[in-house]
Amino acid sequence: MATLSKPPAASQVSPPGYRKVKHVPSAGSKLRTVGEHGGLASRMWVSGVPVAVVMVVLLLSWYGAAWAMNASAAVERVLTPAGNPFTWQDVLSTTLNMERPVLPAPHQIALDFWSSLVDWPLDSPRNLLFHVAVTGETTLVGFVLGTLLGLVLAVAIVHSRTLDRALLPWIVASQTVPVLAIAPIVLVILGSLGMEGLAPKAVIAMYLSFFPVTVAMVQGLRSPQVIETEMMHTYAATRWQALWLLRLPAALPFLFPALRVGIAASLVGAMVAELPTGATAGLGARLLTGSYYGNTLAIWSALVMSALLGLLLTTWVAATEHFALRHRRQP
Amino acid sequence: MTTKPAAPAAHATSTARAAPSMPPVTKPLHGTTAVAVLASLAAASLLFLHPAAQGTSPPTALFWLLLAALGVAALWTIRRVAAIQGTRFDGVLTAALFGLWVLYFWQMLVVAFEVPRVLLPAPTLIVQSLIDNPGKLWGDFSQTVLKAVCVGWLLGSGLGFAVAVAIDRMPFLQRGLLPLASLSSTVPLVAVAPIAVMWFGFEWPSKAAVVVLMTFFPMLVSTLAGLQASGKLERELMYSYAAGYSRTLWSLRLPAATPFIFGALKVNATLALIGAIVAEFFGSPTVGLGFRISTEAARMNMSLVWGAIVVAAVTGSLAYALLVQLERRAAFWHPSIRGK
Repeated sequence: MATLSKPPAASQVSPPGYRKVKHVPSAGSKLRTVGEHGGLASRMWVSGVPVAVVMVVLLLSWYGAAWAMNASAAVERVLTPAGNPFTWQDVLSTTLNMERPVLPAPHQIALDFWSSLVDWPLDSPRNLLFHVAVTGETTLVGFVLGTLLGLVLAVAIVHSRTLDRALLPWIVASQTVPVLAIAPIVLVILGSLGMEGLAPKAVIAMYLSFFPVTVAMVQGLRSPQVIETEMMHTYAATRWQALWLLRLPAALPFLFPALRVGIAASLVGAMVAELPTGATAGLGARLLTGSYYGNTLAIWSALVMSALLGLLLTTWVAATEHFALRHRRQP
Repeated sequence: MTTKPAAPAAHATSTARAAPSMPPVTKPLHGTTAVAVLASLAAASLLFLHPAAQGTSPPTALFWLLLAALGVAALWTIRRVAAIQGTRFDGVLTAALFGLWVLYFWQMLVVAFEVPRVLLPAPTLIVQSLIDNPGKLWGDFSQTVLKAVCVGWLLGSGLGFAVAVAIDRMPFLQRGLLPLASLSSTVPLVAVAPIAVMWFGFEWPSKAAVVVLMTFFPMLVSTLAGLQASGKLERELMYSYAAGYSRTLWSLRLPAATPFIFGALKVNATLALIGAIVAEFFGSPTVGLGFRISTEAARMNMSLVWGAIVVAAVTGSLAYALLVQLERRAAFWHPSIRGK
C-alpha cells in the first residue's frame, strides 16, 4: 500500500520503511502528533472515526445517486404502466427496490450478495463463492509461480553482470507497457499448444506478478552495505552462503511490499484472463455475463466480491510479512 | 583474436554496485569488442539473406551450423559489452544489443522451424502488418489513446491532485480518506468496466470513466504524501518569514511534492493504458486497441494483434519517457534528478 506513495528519490538506497510511522497530517503550521503513544481509544478516534464518517457520507450519497439515477426509469417502467396515481414517496421506494436499476442501492447489493452465498449450493454458478474459488485458485497459482520466477530472475541478475546489463533494462522498461494487452495472445498460444483451463490463466497472472518481485528483489539483494559483504568475504563465505545468510535476509523488507503489489496484479490478471476465453466460471466471467444480460445486481455483487478477495489476499500477505519480520520492527 | 578474460570485471562490479560513492572506472569501448560486435552483426545480416532464413528453401545442416555459431558469437559479444565498466551509455548499448539479438533469433528460428503464424508470427510479419494497416491502427490509437486515455488520465490525475490540495487543511478528512484510498490499490478497479459501459455507453467516455477511477487514488495518495515531504527546517523558515498558508503551499510544499506528483503521473500513464484497453474487452465500438486485440485474436489474425500490441507498448514507453523528461525540466533542482 505504501508503494504508491514511495518517493522516487528514495527508491535508490533506503528500504521501504520498516518503522511503522503513523501518518501525521499537518494543518498549515499546526503540527500534531497524535496516535504514536495514544491508547486504544485515542487510536480509534484518530483513524477509526474519520473513516467511519467518510463511509457514512459515501453511503448516503450513494442512496442519493441511486434515487437520482433510477427515478426516470422507475417512473417510466414501473409506476406509469401500473396506472395508479403515485406520490413522490412511491417514486422513492421504487427507485431503491428496482429489479434492474441503473445504480442499485447498497442494501440491494448486500441482499443479492447474501442470497448468492446462502441460497445456492457451493458448486452452483449462481453462488459467488464458486467463482471466488476459481479466480482465487488462478490468482494463487499465478502468484506463487510469478514470485518464484521473480526470485530466480533477481538472484540470477544480481550474480551475473551480463544479465544485469542486458535483461534488467528490458524488465524495467516492460513496466511502462500495458502488459495486460498480451493476455489474449497468451491464451491463443497456450490454447493451440493444448493447454486449457487453469494453466493459461495462471500464466497471465504469473507474468503480471513477477515484475514487481524481480525489480524489488534486485534492489533488495544489493542492499547490504559494503562492510557486510566484505565481512562475508573475510569469513570465506561462498556466493551461496553470502546469498542465503546476508543478501536474502537483507532483501526481505523489499520483498514484501512487492508481494503485496504482485498479488493485487495477479488478481487483476486472473480476472482479465477469464474475459476473452468465454469462461463460465470466475469473477471476471461473472462480470462479463452480468454485463451481457444487463443484470446490474450481479455485476455489483461480483464487484464487491472481487474487492473483498483483493483485500483478503493482500491482508494475507501483510500478515505473513508481519509474522516474518516480527523481530525487525523498530520500537 | 586475443581477449582479456572478462571475469575480474564481473567480480568487481558486485562491490562497485554496493558502494555508490566509488567512482566508476570509465574506459572507452574496447577496440576488439567493437570489431567483434560489428563483425557478428555483419555475419548475421549475411545469414539473414540465406534462402532458408527467407523461408524459400528448407534449412540445411550448414545453415544450422552457421546459426549456432552466430548464437555463440551473440552470447559472447553481449558478455563482452556488458563487462565494459562505463557510463550509462554502455548500459543502454548492452540492452540494445541484447534486444537486437533476441529479435534476430526470434525471426530466424520462427522461419526456420516454420512455426505457425497463429503461435508466433515473425517480427518481419508484425512490421508488415503495421505497414499494411496504418489506417486501422491509427483509428484504434486515436480512439483508445487520444480520446479515452488522455481525457481519463488528465481528469483522474487532476481530480486526485485537486482533492489532495483541497483536503490538505482538513486532517479529519485526510485520516478518513487516506486508508480508503490506500485500500483501493488492492482492489481490481478495472472490474467497474461493465458498469461504466452500462452508464456511459460503448463509446470512449465509458473507458475514460474507468481510467479516471483508476488514476484518481494513486494521485490522491501521492500528492498527500508529497505535501508532507517538505522538511521541518524549511517549514520553520517559511514560518519565520511570516509566510501564510497559501504562500507556504505555493513556494515550498508544492515544489517539494513534484517528485511524488510525477511519480504518480508515471504510474498513472501505464494504469490508464491498461484500464482503457481492458475496458474495451467488455464492450466497445468497432475501433480501439483493446477491441482490435480481442477480436483479431479470436479470428487468429495474430500479426495484427501483435501490431496493436506494438502500438500500445510504444505509446506506453513514449509517454513514460516524455514524463521523465518533463520531470527533469520541472524539478531540475531536486536531489533525485541532480544526482543523475
